[in-house]
Amino acid sequence: MSVTTTERRPVRAESRTAALQSFLGRRAPWAPTIAAVVILLILLVGAEAFLRGDFITARNLSALLLDNAYLLVLAVGMTFVILTGGIDLSVGSVMAFTGILGAQLISSGVPVAVAVPVMLAGGAAVGLLIGVLVQYFDVQPFIASLAGLFLARGLAFVVSLSSIKVEDAGILWLQSNRIRLGDWYVTPTGIIALVVVALAAFVLHLTRFGRTVYAIGGSEQSARLMGLDVGRTKVAVYVISGFCGGLAGLMLTAYSGAGYPRNGIGTELDAIAAVVIGGTLLTGGRGYVAGSLIGVMVFGTIKTIISFMGAEQSWMQIIVGALLLLFIVVQRGIVARSEHRR
Amino acid sequence: MTGADVAQPLLELTGATVRFGADAALDDVSFRMFPGEVHSLMGENGAGKSTLIKAITGALPLDAGRLVLDGREVRFARPHDAQRAGIGTVYQEIELLPNLSVAENILLGREPRSRGVVNQRLMRRRAGEILADLGLDVDPASPLGMHSVAVQQLVAIARAISTDVRVLVLDEPTSSLDLDEVAELFRIIRELRARGVAILFVSHFLDQVYEICDRVTVLRDGKLVGEYLTRELLRIDLVNKMLGREAGEFKARERTFGEDADQPVFLSARGVGAGPGIAAADLDVGEGEVVGVAGLLGSGRTSLARAITGVAGLDAGIIRIEGRPVHLDSPRKAISLGVVYSSENRRVEGILGELSVLENITLAVQAQRGFWRRMRPARQRELAQSWVEALGIRPPDLDRPAGTLSGGNQQKVLLARLLALAPRVLVLDEPTRGIDVGAKVEIQNLVGELADNGLSVVFISAELEEVLRVGDRVAILRDGRVVETLPSHDVTVDSLLALVASPDDEQEG
Repeated sequence: MSVTTTERRPVRAESRTAALQSFLGRRAPWAPTIAAVVILLILLVGAEAFLRGDFITARNLSALLLDNAYLLVLAVGMTFVILTGGIDLSVGSVMAFTGILGAQLISSGVPVAVAVPVMLAGGAAVGLLIGVLVQYFDVQPFIASLAGLFLARGLAFVVSLSSIKVEDAGILWLQSNRIRLGDWYVTPTGIIALVVVALAAFVLHLTRFGRTVYAIGGSEQSARLMGLDVGRTKVAVYVISGFCGGLAGLMLTAYSGAGYPRNGIGTELDAIAAVVIGGTLLTGGRGYVAGSLIGVMVFGTIKTIISFMGAEQSWMQIIVGALLLLFIVVQRGIVARSEHRR
Repeated sequence: MTGADVAQPLLELTGATVRFGADAALDDVSFRMFPGEVHSLMGENGAGKSTLIKAITGALPLDAGRLVLDGREVRFARPHDAQRAGIGTVYQEIELLPNLSVAENILLGREPRSRGVVNQRLMRRRAGEILADLGLDVDPASPLGMHSVAVQQLVAIARAISTDVRVLVLDEPTSSLDLDEVAELFRIIRELRARGVAILFVSHFLDQVYEICDRVTVLRDGKLVGEYLTRELLRIDLVNKMLGREAGEFKARERTFGEDADQPVFLSARGVGAGPGIAAADLDVGEGEVVGVAGLLGSGRTSLARAITGVAGLDAGIIRIEGRPVHLDSPRKAISLGVVYSSENRRVEGILGELSVLENITLAVQAQRGFWRRMRPARQRELAQSWVEALGIRPPDLDRPAGTLSGGNQQKVLLARLLALAPRVLVLDEPTRGIDVGAKVEIQNLVGELADNGLSVVFISAELEEVLRVGDRVAILRDGRVVETLPSHDVTVDSLLALVASPDDEQEG
């Protein structure tokens, strides 16, 4: 019980260790994300040492953001869903569907100003469907989004069975335009991805909607008793994830210069992996968008290292799998510790 | 003495009726609360207490009757409406969010915002003010989950009073608090009372009701028995009114154990340590003996139970059964050696509410027999039926989902499940928590009968009186160690309290 009494009357800042403890206590939720940063640094430095100084270059690091911009956008949407304790398996298919839909519209002469909003709205619509299934029909998120996965993939094939080239200058500009600073560069797609991250962080931390997302992940029942709008928020996170799927579809189309109905098979799992590696708990309520950014960077770095070494791409999956296992064990530890404290 | 009786009630419920199907959970009940008074609602489980609370807090609609708040009739469609009208509620299970900060837990839903953006700094300052107002020194920015249950409970109260609360409903707020923490809670209740808040304090602990409450309303079977001033109502009269009959007295059983410890010891634990909860605990349980375990919350009561029943692995020490050292590394192993455990957490770790009484009872026996040796359905029924009769489980309906039984009867179903295993040692952790007075006495008597038939029992309870009445000997736990084991007729509740609570400084060496 000595624990209780010290907690009830936290020692003031006179005692340095107590101050440190209180500091650490406040920031304990960041621990998994900080672990992800450490892993990222180890990967970068390790690769740099192994490849004798050819790895940490402005060009490589710039390409890291460019190559993974679409994944980052998917991971941001996924973070919203996972924070509520849900999951969205549909995003890879949604990305393929909106990509091929956009490519088809543009190649048949629809102006970009119409095609792009249609892509985004298409993604959001699939998300809305999943959200309504989850919230109002009480379907498990896994099943509801699995239905969304098949639906979106099917729709992608309905639009076209083969790849459609995009030659619109505006779309390709998103990818080809490089804003340079020395050897560093960033493309409009990269900027979009970073803006999405910043916007998501803002919404999650400084709006009632965002705090409700965390509250639902903590305990849906409690959030409801606190008078928070649980139903609308739960639907909204799937809409956000679907919208991000649509945006990723646009970015991938720009990146590859074409829409292809077989794009993004399994990408939803990459996004989930990045979110988890970034320190978000699959049970919901804990995690940060910034963590997902780190998670995507870890993911991308591993991919780059593998291709630098010329090794089989299957190693990529083995390493990501091992990292995921590691993080899930870390998460279990954190959950067990917080349960123990109660 | 004061004018409280002639004052205008702040909240008045008249002719309240709530029906579930054909049954009336609340039948024409009137109830009132005065400002600056602590009011208790008493009754056995199923008397309609929770229904009444839900009616006041907007969680359940009234089928008939009216609710008047401050002279105006009100109607709440959902809990949020009641909150806005100034009725704050703290539920039995803490309904907060461990993953968010203390400040957010207090203010979320009405947090300070400017143009849609939450002002975190202002929110922390406001939360800090509310906490300071209650005399709590808790960092508003810290995550709630890092605090103890007691602090979380007080934060829940802080949330409830952070609005302009005029009626505060506390449903079993003390069920998981230790004595210190209860004192802290009472200090806060008194302060709120002095500010003119009307407080509804619902608790199973009669002592606490008498300590803090000014007025008590008694319900029985969904009907109003009466409203009394606590100081004018004798405790025994209160119990009679709740039960509508004389409370079954606990039959003091022949104390066969005590100073003469020549009875064979069945289970003996020496220097047992498991996790942070329990370190170097010694415990002997004789055949047919009831050993009561007393200690404050956090003294390691549950950890001890889990250590000697194979639920938690041992870090240190040794357990002997009939003199032979045994290695209890799983509940399954312990059960095969005749040691069974009933968790304090009946709802989560015990009863499977959606399964029938029959299935709940036969579950463990079937698990013990293994998958391939299924019991015939007729044999299962026979077994379950015999236990339902032996323990007086009501209603005696084997096919009813166990979750629909009252707390006391759920506990009996759990006991039946364990007893069906034909155990040698029964470890009961808080078997009477949260069940009504009548059923409590029945369970206590049952434990005595079982011991008379040769079963060894370890009886853990937070209620010292109960430990003394049931136990032949009492083991006193403090800071994870058994500091003393005494025959219970040598101890009074007061001396036991002193032993349980005294600091550990003279124990060294």
